[in-house]
Amino acid sequence: MALRYIALIVFALAGTAQAAPDGASLFARNCAVCHGEKGAGGIGIPLALSSFQAAVGDDYLHKTIRLGRPGRVMPPSNLSDAEIDAIVRFIRSWRKQPAPRIPTGRIKGDAARGKQLFAAHCAACHGASGEGGKGTGVTFSRPRDLPIMPPALNNSGFLASASDGMIRQTLIRGRTGTPMVSFVKKGLKEEDIDDIVSFVRSFEQAPRPEAATATETEKAILEMDSPYDLAATIENVKRAATSQNFIFIREQALTSGLVPEGEEDPRQHIVYFCNFTMLNTALATDPRVGLFLPCRITVVEHEGKVKIMAINPKRLGKIFNNAELNAMCDEMTKRYLAIMEEATL
Amino acid sequence: MIRALKRLIAAALLFGLAFAAGADQLLMVRSGQQFPEAMSTLQNALTARGYKISRVQNVDKGLSHTGYRTDNYKVVFYGKTEEVAELTAKHPELIPYLPLNVAIFAERNNTLLVTNRPGVLADFFPDPELKAVFMRWEKDLTEVMNEVREAR
Repeated sequence: MALRYIALIVFALAGTAQAAPDGASLFARNCAVCHGEKGAGGIGIPLALSSFQAAVGDDYLHKTIRLGRPGRVMPPSNLSDAEIDAIVRFIRSWRKQPAPRIPTGRIKGDAARGKQLFAAHCAACHGASGEGGKGTGVTFSRPRDLPIMPPALNNSGFLASASDGMIRQTLIRGRTGTPMVSFVKKGLKEEDIDDIVSFVRSFEQAPRPEAATATETEKAILEMDSPYDLAATIENVKRAATSQNFIFIREQALTSGLVPEGEEDPRQHIVYFCNFTMLNTALATDPRVGLFLPCRITVVEHEGKVKIMAINPKRLGKIFNNAELNAMCDEMTKRYLAIMEEATL
Repeated sequence: MIRALKRLIAAALLFGLAFAAGADQLLMVRSGQQFPEAMSTLQNALTARGYKISRVQNVDKGLSHTGYRTDNYKVVFYGKTEEVAELTAKHPELIPYLPLNVAIFAERNNTLLVTNRPGVLADFFPDPELKAVFMRWEKDLTEVMNEVREAR
């Protein structure tokens, strides 16, 4: 009997530890949702783009998968090195030419001068502090201005992955098929380019912009006691949501749709509401925010007390790894609390 | 001895699940199916595992009615009737996160699905009794999402 159990353990561990890495299936499971099944891009950048593949080395791809982009959607990976290498090989298989050899040494330029050049030539797309373009990649469910979002250069994941040589080459050649143009063709000299590279590298010593800091909060839910009865509290929540510029959508029992009509628990009610302008902005920032939708506050009678409860967007927002969304979640938490306070006043 | 081995097996399988899941706290998949087919696959996969669809929220319609352009974007709410009743009675703090939901939206000819890993709720609500529930949801949902991803 014991031998059978031991065999089962070995089988369970072998399934995870010894499976030969299959780049195509690993990519399909881990990357395709954002980058597209064939690397056409979406929420993530188009990895199959010829000009992208010609500009980045395998080391850049490997480190990017490992480290992700803190605060910029792409999560870090806990895949093994062999699995990441298999994904990199799969990404390379879309383009028949070998990976480019990118110089790895440091480039010496004048960072102070580079700062001025960056402000004049790069900041419009990459942000004044290199924080990157607004919004999250491109999702074709929504109208977008650009085919690709300018990446955050002041990001620890990018800075650890990109060599100076790669940044330099990108500035010189541009990226065909994206808004990134060749700055040599725009009139900059190679020494200007080196100065910009040195400035970008100096981000490693500069404090990150506030937007790149992930939100930390303590509680997963917001809750308050109501001094009113259940029916009065529900009406108060509807009124308070309207006064906070939300449109009341509907009210329903928590178990509505799960139990036959008429058998719902009358002590658990959800009030749904929405501010469509805010929703549209949130979806443009991160199309994955459906988990928050629609806005809702639940009114519950439990052990003789009436409570109102909601998710805490600040806490839930953290799992999106999107600093821009964090700011919106902070605002949403304030709005929820304002509605809850008004409803229980 | 046998009990200890059983525990070890459970731990090994959970390790395997976590390992396969990756570091991301969201479960996201891209389906090669167009939106209506992917929506149908999702609902069938949930129903096959004993969950009931309680509501489909038409986010796209609300946006369109107020003048914003969007492709298909909906949120599917689902749960198990008795489980929701029991959990909300015993753990009312879970109420804001129930019923569970999956956001589903079109991207050209593909469909994207997103939800939080139920295992994340174990960080939110560190009650040992709830952990088994969250892990079961995570296993079910991982299977559901894989089914939608692989459907053609």
